[in-house]
Amino acid sequence: MARILILGAGISGHTAARYLGKWLGKKHEIIVVSPNEKWNWIPSNIWVGVGQMTEEEVTFDLAPVYKKINVAFRQARAMSIHPEGGPNSDKPYVTVEYTLPEREGETETIGYDYLINATGPKLNYGATPGLGPDAGYTTSVCTPAHALHANEELQKQIAAMKQGEERTLVIGTGHGMCTCQGAAFEYVYNVDHTLREEGVREKARIRWISNEYELGDFGMGGVHITRGGYVTNGKVFAESLMVERGIEWIVRAAVKRVEAGKIHYEMLDGSEHTLDFDFAMLIPPFAGQPLKAYDRAETDITSEVFAPNGFMKVDGDYTPRPYDEWSKDDWPKTYRTPRYPNVFAIGIAFAPPHLISKPMQSPNGTPINPAPPRTGMPSATIGKAVAENIRDILERGATELTHTASMAEMGAACVASTGSHIFKGTAATMTVYPVVPDYETYPEYGRDMDLTFGEIGLAGHWMKYILHHVFMYQAKLRPGWSILPE
Amino acid sequence: MSAKNKEPYQQAYYPPVPTGFTKHMRTSLPWQLWRFLVINFKIFRLLGKSHK
Repeated sequence: MARILILGAGISGHTAARYLGKWLGKKHEIIVVSPNEKWNWIPSNIWVGVGQMTEEEVTFDLAPVYKKINVAFRQARAMSIHPEGGPNSDKPYVTVEYTLPEREGETETIGYDYLINATGPKLNYGATPGLGPDAGYTTSVCTPAHALHANEELQKQIAAMKQGEERTLVIGTGHGMCTCQGAAFEYVYNVDHTLREEGVREKARIRWISNEYELGDFGMGGVHITRGGYVTNGKVFAESLMVERGIEWIVRAAVKRVEAGKIHYEMLDGSEHTLDFDFAMLIPPFAGQPLKAYDRAETDITSEVFAPNGFMKVDGDYTPRPYDEWSKDDWPKTYRTPRYPNVFAIGIAFAPPHLISKPMQSPNGTPINPAPPRTGMPSATIGKAVAENIRDILERGATELTHTASMAEMGAACVASTGSHIFKGTAATMTVYPVVPDYETYPEYGRDMDLTFGEIGLAGHWMKYILHHVFMYQAKLRPGWSILPE
Repeated sequence: MSAKNKEPYQQAYYPPVPTGFTKHMRTSLPWQLWRFLVINFKIFRLLGKSHK
C-alpha cells in the first residue's frame, strides 16, 4: 500500500485528492494537509466582495467530504519537505505544523511514497508597503474573509454616496509583478454594477490600475479575437467595456507604496505618480509558500528544489532565454520534479519557466509586467493529469507518465458576470486556447481563433451562475461528480 | 443652455462603444439562448482539448 501526500486543498490539490480518493482510496492511503478547514471556490469570492453571496455559499468543510472517498485530512501547514528522508531513515517525509485549534502549533512528520505540492500562493502583501487588509490600507478578494471585508468597506462608501458625498474607488493590481488581473477585472465590473443598483454610480469615480502593458493582457500577452468582421485585440474589447461603464484606466503601472487614501505608483516610462482613493481593492503579488527542503544529511536544498520566487521547479525548461526564443516546449507537461520522480507540484505551486507576457521594466529597473495566470481551469486540469499519472503508476504499473497538462495545450475561461437576476444580469465572457501562445500550430496569432473569443451578454451570465453551482456540487462529491467536466 | 463639447483625444474617445442594437442583442432571449448553446459547445471543445 502506497501513501500519497497532498499538500494544499485549493482548486488543484482538491481536484487531485478527489480523483485519487475515487480511484485509489480503498487500496492506498491518501492524506491531504491544508491549513484551512474549508474549501473555497475562489472565483465566486468576487460576488462575496459585493455582498451578492455569503461566505457559506462559496465554502464548505473539507473533512466530511474527504471521508466519503477514504481520504484522511490534517488541518496543518507544511513546513519542510525531506525528499531523501533523514539521518535515521531514507523514507521521504514532510514536517507539518497544525493549525487545528485543538492542536495548534504541534508539529508532526508524515512519510510519503508520492508527494503532490499544491500549496498555492503566498499572498505577498509585504512586497508593497501599505498593501492589503491586514497591515495596509487596501482590500482584497483573495480569501472569503478578505472578500467579506471588501464588501464591508464598499458598503461604507455606498452609504456615504447616498448622503451625497463623492468617492474614488480604485481596483486593480498592487505590484508590478502581479498576476490574476482577471479577478480584479471581474470585481471592477461587479462594483460598477452594484453602484448602479444602489443608485449612486454618478457619485463614484471608478479607476482601474494595473501592471498590464495594455488592458486585456491578463498575463497572457493579450489575445486576438474575431469581432464585427475583424480580427481585433482583447485590448479593444476590454477598453470598450471600460468606456461603456465610465471606468478610467491606468496601465503599465507598478504600485510601489500605499498610505491612507493615497497610492504611489511608477509608470513604465519611469515617472512617479500618486492616486487618491477612498476605497481600493488591489490584488497582491503571489510568491511560493515558505516551504524549506532538506536532503538526507539535513543540508538545506531549498534553492535547488524551488525557484527564487518560492515556486517548485518541475519538468519545465528553466534555461533563461530572450523573449524571441521562448517556446511552448519550455512549459511543464507532467509537473514531476526533475530530481525526485515521486514529487509533483501543481496549480500555482509549480514554477513557470518564464513569463507569457513580454518582460518589461522601467528605466529605474522596476519590472512592470504581469506574471502568468495559473488559477481556475488550468489548476484543475493539472491536478487531474497528475492524479491520473499516479493512478497509472500504482494500478497499472506504468513506467512513463502519459497524461500531460501543458499550459501550451490547455485553455482557460474568464467570465465577469454581474447581477443576480436571471434576465437582467450580464457578463463579459473571454476564453483563450491555448493559454501559452503556440505559434507552431497557430502561426498567425498563436491561438485557436475559434476557441479564443470574447462576447458580452446574458448567455455568459447564465454560464457563470451554472458553473458556480456545478463546481460546488462537484467539489462536494455529490452523486455523479466525476462525470461532470473539470 | 448650450451643449457641452465632447473633448477629443482623451482615453474614452477611441474604444468602440456598443450601439443600441448591440445592447439589445445582449439581452435578447432567443439570441442569448442560441449564444448560450454556442458558448457551451465551445467551452466543452476547449475542455476536451485541454485534457490529454
